[in-house]
Amino acid sequence: MFAELNELLDASPQRPESGKFTLLRDTRTDGSFLVHHFLSFYLRAGCKVCFVALLQSFSHYNIVAQKLGVSLTAAKGRGQLVFLEGLKSCIDLVFGEEEEQPGQPSPLQFLSESTSDLKALFDFVRTSLTPNGSDSWKGPVLLVDDLSVLLSVGAAPVAVLDFIHYCRAAVCSQLKGNIVVLVHSNEDSEDEENELVVNSLCHHSDLILWVEGLATGFCKDVHGQIKIIKRVSLQLTAEPDLIQIYQYKIQDKNVTFFARGLSAAVL
Amino acid sequence: LVFTEEDTYGLYSNLLFKYFLAEGVVCGHDLFVASAKEHPDNILKELPAPLLDDTYRNELGEEGTAVKSEDFQDSMKIAWRYQNLPKMEASPTSSTKFGHYYDISKRMSPELFQSIKRHSFYLHEESSLEPKMKACNMNSAYARLLQSIQRIIYQEGFDGSDPQKKQKTILRIGIQSLGSLLWGDDICSSDTPEDIHSLTKFLYVLRGLLRKSLSACIITVPAHLIQNKAIMERVTNLSDMVVGLESFIGSERETNPLYKDYHGLVHVHQIPRLNSLICDVSDTKDLAFRLKRKLFTIE
Repeated sequence: MFAELNELLDASPQRPESGKFTLLRDTRTDGSFLVHHFLSFYLRAGCKVCFVALLQSFSHYNIVAQKLGVSLTAAKGRGQLVFLEGLKSCIDLVFGEEEEQPGQPSPLQFLSESTSDLKALFDFVRTSLTPNGSDSWKGPVLLVDDLSVLLSVGAAPVAVLDFIHYCRAAVCSQLKGNIVVLVHSNEDSEDEENELVVNSLCHHSDLILWVEGLATGFCKDVHGQIKIIKRVSLQLTAEPDLIQIYQYKIQDKNVTFFARGLSAAVL
Repeated sequence: LVFTEEDTYGLYSNLLFKYFLAEGVVCGHDLFVASAKEHPDNILKELPAPLLDDTYRNELGEEGTAVKSEDFQDSMKIAWRYQNLPKMEASPTSSTKFGHYYDISKRMSPELFQSIKRHSFYLHEESSLEPKMKACNMNSAYARLLQSIQRIIYQEGFDGSDPQKKQKTILRIGIQSLGSLLWGDDICSSDTPEDIHSLTKFLYVLRGLLRKSLSACIITVPAHLIQNKAIMERVTNLSDMVVGLESFIGSERETNPLYKDYHGLVHVHQIPRLNSLICDVSDTKDLAFRLKRKLFTIE
């Protein structure tokens, strides 16, 4: 996890919040560094994490997590991390034998012709995060990287929104846990389905971290800008959302954040 | 997963495609070539011949002198802060040699192919039997291609599933003109294609196959023909590296004096960020290519 981001968010692994829905959004750049942050943050906080990783392999996250001081293999071993490797599940589903475990459908069942909803994926999440008697983890966490992929492989936008809705009800409300989801969006995007999903999620998020590439193009010392939007307006206290904007630079084992125009290279 | 947007007539992307395969031959990798347009055997017959070390230096010598003859002695007035920065390297120096170099005016000799295994998929010669895998509502040509790739990966041990077949090489997969009408997909020929998900589903499954095996893949796509830009956005997210080639043929840039030495532009839309927080971004972002008699260069 990145210490500076924790400061900006006023967050600490010693006191993780509960019942929060955080949306990670990237435009013109790669926001996956935020996924690595939250993964290591919640593992350090002692939460039980269900990570739906749709685009990269386990070893990719593991190698980065080790640089951030967390071992995903160990977390899996002690039952703290449930890792769904989407690519692997997809291959098992597509090329697998017919007679595999009829009682346990693949979480990505919607890829084959039979279903068009994401119920199997939701059931997987709920089963992973529902505590059994011996668990002593602090609040469950669902992490998704990234939701836009579901649309690319054929899920309807409504199905995706339903999935998130069910997850919120189960994870945030019932189990008092947290959800962190990454989506991509582009300005002037022609992907209407994706824009629909992203806009809908924005309305229902408690916290939005919006990462954007610089409008002026690539820069070696400033990799992008992050907009932190605290959705205070959802709390019905007639206050507007709190928006803070910072710039960031990604390094090998850390990401530094600074006020706009105050990159170390310039000072 | 390297995704290449073809230039309008596919001339230069085809060249890049052949370079990828030729590098595989020279490195001793196995090849898998798929096409709906040309028979893979014909593609392989046209791979460029590799340059041996001393011939390469001679070639580079000619290019090197051409570049040095233009010295920027004029001082800069507006961009004065850049005056003191070192001049950018226009061509690769021998100290940063990566991979091999080729002479495209000569064909690769058949002897070099002897030791490597070549697999091919020519759509029109493949049987039209329904694949055993779950087609997932995907275009049947794509499904058959995936089946074929998976079969080779499994049989040749690239996925490590058979401990006896300890594979010490990688499989280089090249897929030509995916998405075109020849593959039975209408995303290149229609504003409102019947099935906008086939190509992206294909890429997702392919990505899964690549991630769990010792293989790398280059795909060329006639992106300029795809009307539905949402598809290209999704395809970019599903690929590790995305490069677009824009040739000047027939465009107004052909007569622009700025581009007189070049044949087209190279757009690097995305580079891989794998196993790390950072990615390997080069300092230069404005790249153009030119095709000479023997060499294809990107500067």
